Amino acid sequence: MGLFILRRFGMMVLTAICLTYIVFFLTNLYPNLEKLAKTQGNFRMSEEAVASFLGDRGYLQPTPVKYLQWLGVLPGYVKVKEDGTQLGKCVRPGIAAEDTPRFCGILQGDWGFSTVAKEPVANVLGSRLANTGKLMFWVMVVMVPSALIIGVLAGMNEGSRTDRTLSTTSILSTATPEYVSGVIFIALLASTRFGLGPWLNEMGLIEGKALFKGTAKSAMDGITFENFTLPVVTIALYGMGYIARMTRASMAEVMTAQYIRTARLKGVSFRNIVLKHALRNALIAPFTVIMLQFPWLLNGVVIVETLFSYTGFGWQLVNAAGNNDIEMLLAVSVVSVFVVLVTQLISDIGYVYLNPRIRIS
Amino acid sequence: MEPLTWTGPFGSIVDPVFTIVAYFFIITVVLQIIGSFVLPAIEESVNSDGTIKRTMGPNLMIAMGVKYSLLALLALCVLYILAGMFTPLGTVGIIGAVAAQFAPVWIALVITFLLSITYKRKLGLYGKLFDSLIGMIGFGLLMFWFYTALFVGLFDMVATLDPLTQASGMKNKLPGTPLRGAEEGQYAYYLLGGDNLARDVFSRMVYGSVIVIVIAPFATLFAFMVGITLGLPAGYFGGRLDAFLSFLANLVLAFPVILLFYLLVTPEIVATGIPNYMAMVLFVFPIIFVGVLLNSRFYTRPKLRTPLLSAVLLAMIWIYLSAISAPGTAISVLPGFMDLFDINSGILVVFVSVVFVNSPTVFRIVRGLVLDIQTRDYVAAAQTRGEGPWYIMLWEILPNARGPLIVDFCLRIGYTTILLGTLGFFGLGLPPESPDWGTTINDGRKLLSIYPHPAIVPALSLLSLVLGLNLLADGLREESLRD
Repeated sequence: MGLFILRRFGMMVLTAICLTYIVFFLTNLYPNLEKLAKTQGNFRMSEEAVASFLGDRGYLQPTPVKYLQWLGVLPGYVKVKEDGTQLGKCVRPGIAAEDTPRFCGILQGDWGFSTVAKEPVANVLGSRLANTGKLMFWVMVVMVPSALIIGVLAGMNEGSRTDRTLSTTSILSTATPEYVSGVIFIALLASTRFGLGPWLNEMGLIEGKALFKGTAKSAMDGITFENFTLPVVTIALYGMGYIARMTRASMAEVMTAQYIRTARLKGVSFRNIVLKHALRNALIAPFTVIMLQFPWLLNGVVIVETLFSYTGFGWQLVNAAGNNDIEMLLAVSVVSVFVVLVTQLISDIGYVYLNPRIRIS
Repeated sequence: MEPLTWTGPFGSIVDPVFTIVAYFFIITVVLQIIGSFVLPAIEESVNSDGTIKRTMGPNLMIAMGVKYSLLALLALCVLYILAGMFTPLGTVGIIGAVAAQFAPVWIALVITFLLSITYKRKLGLYGKLFDSLIGMIGFGLLMFWFYTALFVGLFDMVATLDPLTQASGMKNKLPGTPLRGAEEGQYAYYLLGGDNLARDVFSRMVYGSVIVIVIAPFATLFAFMVGITLGLPAGYFGGRLDAFLSFLANLVLAFPVILLFYLLVTPEIVATGIPNYMAMVLFVFPIIFVGVLLNSRFYTRPKLRTPLLSAVLLAMIWIYLSAISAPGTAISVLPGFMDLFDINSGILVVFVSVVFVNSPTVFRIVRGLVLDIQTRDYVAAAQTRGEGPWYIMLWEILPNARGPLIVDFCLRIGYTTILLGTLGFFGLGLPPESPDWGTTINDGRKLLSIYPHPAIVPALSLLSLVLGLNLLADGLREESLRD
């Protein structure tokens, strides 16, 4: 088991290195750097000005060298100008030239400097991740139990009317991407002129004109039912159908197993069969699915945070990518690759752990 | 002119009936769900002579109620559509006018269904689709959009106005508003309202379907070509090749899709020509696939093989070169007179990135299927016969993997549609005035809580298409499992 985890971990590091190199390569292509120089300096820079701006800051070194500097294996690029000011990778505003470290890479714990936020990447990304963490937590709280209940109810009587209704509902939910369901929810539930809000207001059931808020901007200060329901439900809905279908398939398979038939012949009540005999075995497959759902959720998070203007990780990704904020983008991709690979690892280990039929020797 | 109401004077008679039936339907469905848990499944009573009498239980009664109210609802919907088609504009309001615009689509759909149901026993898996209700609904939704795209794209029929023209005074107008200063011969209404640049929402939605229906299936097909061409040898030979290809696939899969899109589809990257080089690589796979497919089958008959293979390959390579080379981009190899067509660079970028994102998943599915099928007896028999590895892969294993692959193909077209919408939603790839659904949703979302119609219309269209594909996949899976 230890060797298995170690090998997976090695694979993970290799994947992360390859991926960050690809991101590094793509963000460091000359047109992208030119755009960066123009947004940092001014938009009417001449070709030569762009080249000297980039050259002074070390952007024109070969890509592998820059990558190793970012990793912290090579010393960071430094250039001292004629007037004594220092430019380079490790230079931070407000830190004196003699205090600037020689190495500043991931290995030193330095995630770089965001050219858009004018702040160290770690600071910005930390608060963004905290915001997204809250969102993800509530999504999980809503999504997992409801998906499992729907799946188990549908799967315990395969082919029944309940099964058909619930399965069609879960197909509908997998066919509704976040940007569609979000738009429909906002128009129906958060509009002051259309949908449910004005109607309920007329009947005197709610005070405001709208049932929910169409943005989650205020959720950064404090989460309320009003401003957080729509983003959470929007993300949860897309993932829910898939997990429910997997649960249904696994439950239906378990219900045809021999030991369930034996239990039935013994005269165990249907309720007890489902709760005591079938449920545990039926939940092995959904566990892996839920873990593998995280990368998908990451996508949903990007869309929903953009739609509801909630400044979390996904919003940061869009912002960094739109402005070619290289070090921020790299940090974002490291985090997302990490999430994807760690969830894969957990799902593998968990699967082995939950399923007594599989043992890795 | 008066603005159109939703159902017009016709609706004032039929609407109340429709509402009553709809409420009845909803109540019976809720009763049915609760009833299936609470009420007994079957009503039985034991007679004195020992026989058992079974009567219609409460559950069956409710089920009948659901069935008949659903049928009544459908009949009413058909009534609205027919009334809209055969009465003058305005009698059945917006719904009727929209139904009348879709008239060629309805006719094509009815003909397709009548023909398919008549000959369904002779049509193999496609015919079996018409045995399952879910599959039929899914197929209907898919064909609805397919025919819409066909009639709009080829014959310019369904749309009412130009999707790009801005009409003065029509900004954010509600559905059914008459077009101000309509000229002779121009359609007089904005059926589903105007968007924030005063363009006709209905026409944009209809034109958007063309973009989706053209790109999504083709991109999926290319992704399947790539996935199959790489997945078959990876699964069959295993070893280093498998390890390497699996690593690459996992690498792409570990990328968050949206980050990848942002990295590939920005104008700066397009300027470097990377998407063109990717297209160059990805578009080779269909040629390799078809070449190996034909060669492995006919290599024992060189007289047939050589002319067939060279003709097919020549045609494909010509199409390939025309597809990748376009004047003014990084790759411009063909001289102008030989270049059959140029792909719009925005569409090419979108196409390439969607294929790139989809193919690793297809690769993994194919590889898994090969690992499973490889152990079967007919593969061993072919190996004993001395067939080459490519013949076994393409003519023994692949046909036997077709069931899951067809189902996944349907699902994946839906997923590709979602991806295209995502690209549009972030304003990537296609030009900002493009009528495709993702871009339109992105345009409309800024004023969503005040004017919802410009975003809701494309959102519902996208939803119905993806739902149709998913239902179709579900129906196909059920029917292919049955035998």
